[in-house]
Amino acid sequence: MSRVRLAVIVFPGTWSERDFAHVAGVLDWESRLVWHTETDLGAADAVVLPGGFAHGDHLRTGAIARFSPIMPAVEAFAAAGGPVIGSCNGFQILCEAGLLPGVLMRNDHLQFRCDWQWLRVTAAAGPWLGGLGVDDLMRLPISHGEGRYHADDATLDQLEAAGRVAMRYADAEGRVTADANPNGSVRGIAGILSERGNVLGMMPHPERAAEAEVGGEDGLRLLRSLERWLVDQPAVAERRL
Amino acid sequence: MRWLAEVHVRLRPGIADPEGQTIGDALRSLGFDSVAAVGAGKLLRIGFEAADHERADQLVADMCRRLLANPVMETADWDLRADADPPGGLV
Repeated sequence: MSRVRLAVIVFPGTWSERDFAHVAGVLDWESRLVWHTETDLGAADAVVLPGGFAHGDHLRTGAIARFSPIMPAVEAFAAAGGPVIGSCNGFQILCEAGLLPGVLMRNDHLQFRCDWQWLRVTAAAGPWLGGLGVDDLMRLPISHGEGRYHADDATLDQLEAAGRVAMRYADAEGRVTADANPNGSVRGIAGILSERGNVLGMMPHPERAAEAEVGGEDGLRLLRSLERWLVDQPAVAERRL
Repeated sequence: MRWLAEVHVRLRPGIADPEGQTIGDALRSLGFDSVAAVGAGKLLRIGFEAADHERADQLVADMCRRLLANPVMETADWDLRADADPPGGLV
């Protein structure tokens, strides 16, 4: 197939868009930064909602970004089965937009936490995680003040039963414990999938761990998984053009 | 007709409120020993135009539902009154 084309959405206050574009370049992919006032994603194989502080995080994280002119196009892309990833602030926006259930709240200790974090993959499905294995460990950066995932028990039970909890905060041995949880997220949840698995929301930053020079390459595993998924499902990819 | 709504956005009961807890701890450390609990929330003061009280109330309800509160974790209630203050009186 031809080169992967990423559409990277940029809101006022987004700060990780150039990291995603840089990593796309490292992989010899194409990427296009799409300003939030645009209404068309252009030709894209996957959509990225990067980290940052869209609209200053005012009112609630993601609350204002979800009404941006570009969001109907993102929602339509997701509804058609297109791969969408929201990392950090992008995860918060996906939840506010109703593309994923639940909400991200202030870290339980009220501190901004910027660190490397071990994660245990708990759903090896969909374009972003299909190339990984359940119980695989990843080490990725986190960088957030409002990453405490919350949903009611019924929603959490449904997510778990459907295999939609994508990853959990863990220690270096893969144990999901309270000590390994950097923000108080319920049930240690660090990321979740949409019902069809094509939309992934996660607090960690895969784009910040895609080159050995920056301390880790585990973030590449998600992008390689996407690349493989696109090759394996050309019919799906074609339909989205 | 001009209206002033004071919207209170609160966390739903049972949802962890580390900010309220921290403020409560601070109050107790200042000697306010009788403080049992503090809940942190938001106060939004909204000045707007509407034909009558019923319409004004409906508008605030719509604002809360569409933007001001996330029902996953929050509830909203409000006080509404005719606003006699001059424009800009909000600030």
